[in-house]
Amino acid sequence: MHVPDGFLDAPTSVGTGVVAVAAVAVALRGARRELDDRTAPLAGLVAAFVFAVQMLNFPVASGTSGHLMGGALAAVLVGPYTAVLCTSTVFIVQALLFADGGITALGTNIVLMGLTTTLVGWAVFRALQTVLPKRLSSVAPAAGVAAFVSVPVAALLFVALYAIGGTADLSLSTLATAMVGVHVLIGIGEGVITALAVASIVAVRPDLVYGARRVMAVRELEVRTTGAAA
Amino acid sequence: MTRVARRRVSTGVLAAGVLLVAVVLAGVVSFYADSDPDGLTKVSQDQGFAQTETEHATSDGPFAGYSADFVGDDRLSGGLAGVVGVVVVLALAGGLAFVVRRRGRADETVDSA
Repeated sequence: MHVPDGFLDAPTSVGTGVVAVAAVAVALRGARRELDDRTAPLAGLVAAFVFAVQMLNFPVASGTSGHLMGGALAAVLVGPYTAVLCTSTVFIVQALLFADGGITALGTNIVLMGLTTTLVGWAVFRALQTVLPKRLSSVAPAAGVAAFVSVPVAALLFVALYAIGGTADLSLSTLATAMVGVHVLIGIGEGVITALAVASIVAVRPDLVYGARRVMAVRELEVRTTGAAA
Repeated sequence: MTRVARRRVSTGVLAAGVLLVAVVLAGVVSFYADSDPDGLTKVSQDQGFAQTETEHATSDGPFAGYSADFVGDDRLSGGLAGVVGVVVVLALAGGLAFVVRRRGRADETVDSA
C-alpha cells in the first residue's frame, strides 16, 4: 500500500509528515522502556525481517497482490514504541534507496503502514489478551487476528486522507469499498504471516517476545506457587 | 520451567536464524513474489487516478525498484538489492535500538506499558 508522490496534495502530505515526526519522537522516548541489553538486538532483526517480507507480494485477487505491513508483528515481538521505529526505518529505506513509496509521501506511508498498523494491531492484541486464556499458545493467534484487523483500518485511513487532500475527484464511497475490499484479503495474508512469525519466536524464546511478557510473568508466579506448596 | 529451559535457544543462535531467514527471503524468495500491482496500485488503476502519480525523486538510484541497475541478470539484481536492503535496515534500526536502550535488563518493567 505504498503511497506514491502525487496521490495526496502538499498540505496533506506536510500534515502526515508532521504526525510521522511526532510519532517517531514519542516512540524514541517510549522505546527506552521496551529495550534493554537483552531485547535490543531483536529490534534491528525485526525491522530487517519486516523489510524482507514486504518484498514478498502474494496474490490476493485476479491481477492484484499484497504484502505485509508489519506494524502488528513488530509490536507483539518488540513492543509498540519500538515497532514504530522499526517500521519507520523500513519505509525510509524503501523510499530513499528503492524508490518504493514517494518521498513527499514518506510521512503518509509511515502514518498509514507503520503507526496505524502498530496502534491498531497492539490495541486489538491487548484486548484479545484480556479475554483469551493467559497461555503462551494464545499469543500467536491473538497477534494474527490483530494483524488482520490492522490492514483494512489502514486502508480506511488512506481513504480519509484522500477525502482531505486527494488530487483526483473521486467517489469516496466507491474508493472506500474498493480499498477495504482488497485490503481485507491482504489482511488475511498479514494475519497468517504474523501468526507464523510470532509462533516461531514464542516456540524458542518466549522470554524475548514483548507481547508474551504478561503470560510469562503469570506462569512464573504459578510455578513458584506450586513449588512452595509441594 | 524445565520444558522451556530444554528448548531454549541462545540469543545469538536466534539472531543468526532470523537474519538468515530475512536474507534468504529478500535475496532469493523475493524473485518469486507476485509481480501484479498491489492493492492500492490496482485500486488507483481501476478508479482512474493512477496517472496522478508523479516522478519519484530517487527513481534513477542504483537500487530503485528493488533491482541493482549495474547487474544484468534479473535474479542476481533483485537478490542483491534485497540483501542490501536487509543489511541497511538492520544497521539503522539495530543501531537505533542500541542507542535508545536501557543498560541492563528491564524484566521488572512488565506493567509499565
